[in-house]
Amino acid sequence: MTDALTPFLAATVRTATPLALAALGEMLVERTGIINIGLEGAVLAGAFGALAGATAGGVAGGYVGAVAGGLLVGAIFAFCVLVLRADQIITGMALTLLAVGATGTLYRALYGASGASLQAPTSGPWAVPALATLPILGEALFDQPVITYVTYLLVPTLAWWMARTHAGLALRAIGERPDAAAAAGIPVARMRTIAVLVGGALGGLAGGTLVLAQAGTFVENMSAGRGFIALAIVVLGRWQPLGVALGALVFGAASALQFAFQAMGWNVPYQLFLAAPYLLTLGALAGAMGRARAPASLGRPL
Amino acid sequence: MRASRGPAWTVFLALGSLMAIVGATALLLLIAGYDVPRALGALWTGSVGSWYALTSATLVRAIPLMLTGCAIAVAFRAGVWNIGAEGQLLAGGAGATAVALLVPGAGTIAIVLSLATGAAAGGVWAGIAAGLRARFGVLEVISTIMLNFVALYAVSFLVRGPLQEPTHAYPQSSSLADAVHLARIPGAGRLHAGIALAVVIVLAAGWVMRHTAAGYRLMAVGESPAAAASAGMIDVRRVTTLAFITSGALAGLAGAVEVLGVTFALYEDLSPGYGYTAIAVALLAGLDPWRVIGTSLLFAALEAGAGAMQRDAGVPSTLVSVIEAFLILGVVAAQALRARRASMVTGGELRRESAA
Repeated sequence: MTDALTPFLAATVRTATPLALAALGEMLVERTGIINIGLEGAVLAGAFGALAGATAGGVAGGYVGAVAGGLLVGAIFAFCVLVLRADQIITGMALTLLAVGATGTLYRALYGASGASLQAPTSGPWAVPALATLPILGEALFDQPVITYVTYLLVPTLAWWMARTHAGLALRAIGERPDAAAAAGIPVARMRTIAVLVGGALGGLAGGTLVLAQAGTFVENMSAGRGFIALAIVVLGRWQPLGVALGALVFGAASALQFAFQAMGWNVPYQLFLAAPYLLTLGALAGAMGRARAPASLGRPL
Repeated sequence: MRASRGPAWTVFLALGSLMAIVGATALLLLIAGYDVPRALGALWTGSVGSWYALTSATLVRAIPLMLTGCAIAVAFRAGVWNIGAEGQLLAGGAGATAVALLVPGAGTIAIVLSLATGAAAGGVWAGIAAGLRARFGVLEVISTIMLNFVALYAVSFLVRGPLQEPTHAYPQSSSLADAVHLARIPGAGRLHAGIALAVVIVLAAGWVMRHTAAGYRLMAVGESPAAAASAGMIDVRRVTTLAFITSGALAGLAGAVEVLGVTFALYEDLSPGYGYTAIAVALLAGLDPWRVIGTSLLFAALEAGAGAMQRDAGVPSTLVSVIEAFLILGVVAAQALRARRASMVTGGELRRESAA
């Protein structure tokens, strides 16, 4: 049984990493009362940025490119929604469409219309000494690419920052009562802008993870709805860092089940597994929405 | 974006949009370093440059865009963010195919049954998201996107499973019998009777919105659910759910018409993203079904021309998505700026509360 269990757990953590990164970023954004549907676009732009960066400067260059791609999407969103005060939902959808079109066009223009698969350098797993040899969980948790460990650190850091610092309190206050926060002297617009940019950067990093730690190449539309799933994970995690991390693991597990069942030779249509994360999202949202309380000003026009 | 300034304004807006699109395309091509005159020439030839291109490429594409664009307009007007037209279209295509294959012969009756089933399937698919919103408060933005993916995999399963053609060699359904094909318009290439159906339905939808109590309720709820509820007489939840399902039915019909009029079989890639382009179509039309007729023609020409640009000038056809995205951003930004100017003039809060 452990023969099947360890690969399953490892696959769970691997798939959960980009989801957690994107969802943690979106959580920060939503805590300021803004909902960025363009997260999917940020993930895709990050994936393309990773390819462009990695061909120029290796894995490190790839992650720089990924963050740059996500930041760009975040910056456009911030300009449209926070400066021009355009509708959040429509702007987010348009940015996702823009990312699909722009990455597809650039990819074909730069690397050929045939879409010949280009190899990007990848960062292999790095086993944490001692921890990786722990039974069952050791290999799954501590023999992963470095970006996964970054994600591990990000969760408690964000939890501490949100709960224990003035800036974290200000962030939460903006999401609940932006007018009261502004009256209390909190720079609402500036904090929202920063949150949107950080959210974009983390979304880009998620896309970078897909290229640099998993696929080793870029494929058109390779984000495949992960940004949208991350939006659902934020709800599932009740806008708390730890909850979001657990939510990402649940989705990682759902995707990893696909490989586990295939290994066991179950005769179920494979499309069911491909559809599973999306079906799970629907079920989870129906279950979570009733109990979870969103930031009070979430999605309200500015 | 309201349709209250008369026909001259509409013509001005249409010409302005057209020039903005051509201008933006030329600019993007220039930046990307393509041969601009050659690419624009291909755009023209492939879309409206010949009778064949106009009928068989542009008008054929305009049919699903008109119906899905109208679907989005109805939903958005009611404050329902239905991003799921793509999935609803696929559900409609699958439903229509199943009926058209099962009901033997009997031309017109089979066609009507198939189209009705397609619309119903689209309505049911949207109904899932509508139910989740009404019952659990699930954001339809997320649920409809999830349902798009589920629909895609469901069709992928159907064309490799229950609906696969008998030789099991290709991922597609059997071809539909000639008797259930929508009639071709004589002398107009691949253009089929679906164009008349689409125009009639969109005209009817616009008429209902403008001139009936149901349309008034729909727009009242979209403008301000709280005001509509406190004014009494309007059951907000009922109106939103109905608008949502109607929207799904229109998109489902688009899928059914596409199967009976163009592909004659169910394929995974039945739609090249009509349900997403529809958002741009509806927004550029100011969410007015009648204007959707114009904007759907515009985007159909753009997409038809983009195919030709790729073939003749090597310009990636994905460029169209970039243009669409810029158009949407331009429209919402202009809308926001105008709303802000209006609120400065009145000195008050003139903002729309979105469905919370």
